[in-house]
Amino acid sequence: MDTLTFLLSGTLLAATPLLIAALGELVTEKSGVLNLSIEGMMALGAVTGFIVATASGSYWLALLAGGVAAAALAAVFGFVVLVTLGNQVASGIAVGILGIGLSGLIGRPYESSTIAPMHELPIPFLSNVPVIGPGLFDHVALVYCAPLLAVATWWLLRSTKVGLVIRAVGEAPEAAHAIGYNVVLVRFCAVLYGGFCAGIAGAFISIASATLWSDGIIAGRGWIVVALVVFGTWRSGRVAIGAYLFGMTTLAGLLVQSTGIAIPSQVLTSVPYIVTIIAIAMLSMDPQRIRLNAPVSLGQIYHEAK
Amino acid sequence: MSVFPFSIETRTRRTRFSAIIPPLIAVCTTIVASIIILTSLDVSPSRALYYLYIAPMATRFNFAEVILKMAPLLLIAQGLAIGFRARIWNIGAEGQLIMGAIGGSLLPIWFNDSGNILMLPAMVVVGAIFGMAWAAIAAVLRVRMNANEILVTLMLNSIALQVLYYLISGPLRDPFGFNFPQSALFPDVAMLPILLANTRANISIFFAVLVTLLAWFFMQRSFPGYRLQVGGSAPDAARYAGFGEKQAIWVSLLVGGTCAGIAGVFEVAGPLGQLQRVVTPGYGFAAIIVAFLGGLNALGILAAAFFMALIYVGGDIAQTSAKVPYSVNTILQGVLLVSYIASRVFSDYRVRLRKPAYNRQERV
Repeated sequence: MDTLTFLLSGTLLAATPLLIAALGELVTEKSGVLNLSIEGMMALGAVTGFIVATASGSYWLALLAGGVAAAALAAVFGFVVLVTLGNQVASGIAVGILGIGLSGLIGRPYESSTIAPMHELPIPFLSNVPVIGPGLFDHVALVYCAPLLAVATWWLLRSTKVGLVIRAVGEAPEAAHAIGYNVVLVRFCAVLYGGFCAGIAGAFISIASATLWSDGIIAGRGWIVVALVVFGTWRSGRVAIGAYLFGMTTLAGLLVQSTGIAIPSQVLTSVPYIVTIIAIAMLSMDPQRIRLNAPVSLGQIYHEAK
Repeated sequence: MSVFPFSIETRTRRTRFSAIIPPLIAVCTTIVASIIILTSLDVSPSRALYYLYIAPMATRFNFAEVILKMAPLLLIAQGLAIGFRARIWNIGAEGQLIMGAIGGSLLPIWFNDSGNILMLPAMVVVGAIFGMAWAAIAAVLRVRMNANEILVTLMLNSIALQVLYYLISGPLRDPFGFNFPQSALFPDVAMLPILLANTRANISIFFAVLVTLLAWFFMQRSFPGYRLQVGGSAPDAARYAGFGEKQAIWVSLLVGGTCAGIAGVFEVAGPLGQLQRVVTPGYGFAAIIVAFLGGLNALGILAAAFFMALIYVGGDIAQTSAKVPYSVNTILQGVLLVSYIASRVFSDYRVRLRKPAYNRQERV
């Protein structure tokens, strides 16, 4: 496989779970809820997906199960922040820790075991094009779905009534309540959806890209997802660009190594985190940009006055 | 809200009694959860209770272990709580601890045959500076570039771990250590004095308690502490009064980083005795839980740190005696914080059962 094919294919594999989870988190944040427990939800999705795929052999069922398991954890998060009015930052960390612990316990019998990768779905004709074909068009179906999901999310938030309600609840919960929308219910659904996406993303990692389960396999990707939403200034298109750029930086290290330049592996492992910090700092420099795009009530507790 | 048979009203007055309810519920929930989880792992409920909560206090050695683990939790949580009160979310104590451990290890590694009794104080100073500097990165980026400190401190955790891995596999590796990724053993002058003979408990607990008293004084009795709290609970009022937000960010992150850095020094100069791949069993994250469980109050954190240390040691005992996986510990930490936050609704709000008549009226 030549370098360009490897680069394209590796970028897509690395970026797909990030993008799927980030688009879910985007919808959650648009409704005004900051969910910091993505890491735990992805871990739970990964282990559930892995177990279901191993036991049943059905990878689609595995993805669904991963999504459902993470959504169940998201329900706990939703209950804590929406019903008992908990601080969203602390609740996110708490539920995240819970998810990581649960996935470690559930996955213990499967620790370090591997699984046959999910079947690829080569796109006819396109996958036969040299270099680009095997790089871009010979992947599991989810890889093609992710950019479509980005478009769908953009359309949902921009042009549908559901999207308008989600945005209204995130921008002005009191006003949304006053015109008859159930703010708590809308936010709860958005939290469940975000959890479901994170679970599918986690399952993708364990059954399609890494094809193994080991405790800690998510390795901070959940936090990168949260960073991607800020990086994309709460817009689907920019989130998608961010996810693919980020996927590329995870491969940059391997490319540099292949040229024979001696760089410690620890430096290469750190590159994505350093890039994230720099990207967040550069993008936040203009406070106007954050203020214009961030949902107004993001992270705030909503309490219906009685 | 109407699906629930209760209503939640804002509490206008805080009672003395209400503050103690959430941590109490959280501890009870955690104990119940631990029994359920361990029963599912074929450990009888009575054995589960014994391993986790009684055995850690049953022998002198185990109790010393609780004290040993309580010190870093207490120290870090006090530093974090000051920032959390100002609503500055430093999630990077784990990385700051690692940097502190690295900084504290430099002197004993470079002057490995030294007998100078000033070694230990100097290590603490260097470690504190390292932890502080690591947190300062997040502070600079937040103050100058408005970068979200949650994300930056989190990323810095991952980077700190890689810095540690790099150093112990190269520059700081023990040249006579058969290529193991660890440093040389520290000289005696670099080690914390042991508190109880034949145990691992050292004097770091005194330091942590001293910091607790300082933190209490700072937050409850000093003007800068008051300004920080106003900035957290009423940002508009703080701005109007001229209490600078930038100052709050700097103080919060630097204090948190310093405490975590010193805790890192205490790990390498205490139970570890060298710099190695694992310098913290998640103290940086557990301390976040401790800070919240203690109600962000210096004295509450003292009790919370003790309970968290108890679970840590109890988890270790259950692991060696009944092969209970370490993940159970992580789950219990999550349950502890989730149930604490959820039950805060009883102290911050008034939860009232809806009367049936009221319900019917609403449905019309």
